[in-house]
Amino acid sequence: MIATATRPLLQVKDLCVDYLTESGPLRAVDRVSLDVARGEFLGIVGESGCGKSTLLFAIARLLSAPAEISSGEIWFDGKDMVSMDEDQLRHLRWSGYSVVMQSAMNALNPVMTIAEQLGDAIQAHVRMRDRQLRSRSQELLKVVGIDPVHLHSYPHQLSGGMRQRAMIAMALALTPDLVIMDEPTSALDVVAQRSLMVKIKQLQREFGFATIFVTHDMSLVSHFSDRLAVMYAGQVVEVGQTRQVFAAPKHPYTVGLMRSFPSISGPLQTLTGIPGSPPDLAHPPSGCRFHPRCPKRFDRCPGEEPDLYSNDQVLVRCFLFDDR
Amino acid sequence: MSYLIRRFEFFAITLWAALTINFILPRIMPGNPAQAMLVRFRGRVSPETVKAIEVAFGFHSNEPIWQQYLEYLRNTFTGNFGTSVTFFPVPVGDVIKQGLPWTLGLVGMATILAFILGTLLGMLSAWRRGGFFDAVLPPVFIVISAFPYFWLGLLVLLAFALTLNWFPLGFAYDLTSSINLSWDFGGQVIWHGTLPALTIVITSAEDYVKMARAKGLSPVRIMFMYAGRNAILPNLVGFAMSLGFVISGAILVEIVFNYPGLGFTLLQAVHSEDYALMQTLFLMLTVAVLVAVLAADLLTAVLDPRTREQG
Repeated sequence: MIATATRPLLQVKDLCVDYLTESGPLRAVDRVSLDVARGEFLGIVGESGCGKSTLLFAIARLLSAPAEISSGEIWFDGKDMVSMDEDQLRHLRWSGYSVVMQSAMNALNPVMTIAEQLGDAIQAHVRMRDRQLRSRSQELLKVVGIDPVHLHSYPHQLSGGMRQRAMIAMALALTPDLVIMDEPTSALDVVAQRSLMVKIKQLQREFGFATIFVTHDMSLVSHFSDRLAVMYAGQVVEVGQTRQVFAAPKHPYTVGLMRSFPSISGPLQTLTGIPGSPPDLAHPPSGCRFHPRCPKRFDRCPGEEPDLYSNDQVLVRCFLFDDR
Repeated sequence: MSYLIRRFEFFAITLWAALTINFILPRIMPGNPAQAMLVRFRGRVSPETVKAIEVAFGFHSNEPIWQQYLEYLRNTFTGNFGTSVTFFPVPVGDVIKQGLPWTLGLVGMATILAFILGTLLGMLSAWRRGGFFDAVLPPVFIVISAFPYFWLGLLVLLAFALTLNWFPLGFAYDLTSSINLSWDFGGQVIWHGTLPALTIVITSAEDYVKMARAKGLSPVRIMFMYAGRNAILPNLVGFAMSLGFVISGAILVEIVFNYPGLGFTLLQAVHSEDYALMQTLFLMLTVAVLVAVLAADLLTAVLDPRTREQG
């Protein structure tokens, strides 16, 4: 009994995802391990192309060719997701975990109304009478703050913020344990971003679902996530409590990210950013993948690959924190 | 609503323009149907007969052109198309009545069936992405659909009628029509299969198809409601257009196979300068295309909510 209570909702162990290209496999996600507890809000940050979205879709088992999981394990609620076939996955999807995509404009079918798209998700998993379905759909829209008259609207008739809310309403339709969000706010302006984040956080408290939230926006995630994982070139380079990572970033890349956006309340400081650009994953740098851009590199970095080292309850992939 | 009104306005204006051009064209063409007839009968008619024929065809009339125009419009709308020179003295309406079932029945049916089959094939091949069909069909479809179909028809004739001697070269209706049908059918299947195959490959990469998978919908529902329905939209317009082009598109095929449809009739009409028949046939081609385009617009409005407002 105790084992089930303490077991994380989602466990990812040494997950590798390869894109099978003409010139051989390209590793987009490299030995990523993550745990998500029930009700937890995990943020994943990183630059474009660091593999964060690929990781999400791998967890949701939504990768399509040429990307595929080449090794590693994904355990969701005690079930082995990697070995599941499409049919088994179909039953788990949406009722166990749901997905909110980056651009609601593209993720909503343009020729179906919101009601139809909400309805088919629900009816794929539970039997419901039409009247019941209608009241459930209205309730869902109200929960995310949309007037239920919009049930019969088509996606193009809604504003960008409303479309994202409608997507979130859809994701909550079957009260899943986990909602996977791929930059749901990136297409919105800052004001809409804020209000959507507040809404998500409020819903999360209300319904108790866990969230994996991918973004490139450090400041966004700082206020809302419980734990934070920083990704670079397909690898997790630092993971720990958000507050701790923000207060004392350890990995030089995290430090660089923190210096790349202004703090609203803190003292004025110069934004330095990170010199260089992310590596080509087809030819990753030898040793530590960050060493060509790292201001703190030393002779050990280009030759050896660092592990994740534990330091103050934070895991860091950097030799500076290797105590052995 | 305004979208529909605009579509109907467009239809009315183009129809009028087509009617008018159809009236003017034969009158600025060189030649005279009565002279043509004279040649046909190798001078075995007297000058009085010639004159009588000219009057019958409305050529010697001294009416001003606008009066002829009004009469033409009235005749067109009442279905009085005049007398055919080629099949003298059969009225044009009767000539068309004979050819129309051949063209509509076989070519038209082939187009409809081909559309359905082609779309399904295209959907299937695109749906099993990375499979055999997906790898082989789209390139083959594209290459084949680029061949001129009458040329393919000639090849079929060469192979089956001349070399293998399985079928007569022409005018044996049931046999040639079956070749014509099956060939035309195959070609159309390919033609209609290409676009959905390609567009579905494109739409499958769309986020909403991924989203549909994420929702755990059944594969059939994803294929028809998410991937298929969106992919079919451009194809549907193409289909309606091709229905409109059944008559005109059949011309070359019918000539190649000596097939007694409207296309073949048009060839005969042109050969013998049969203005009345030609005019009527051209009119039918135009109206068929216009009606088809209108139908395509209406269908798109039904299937794609976005067009209803923007248009």
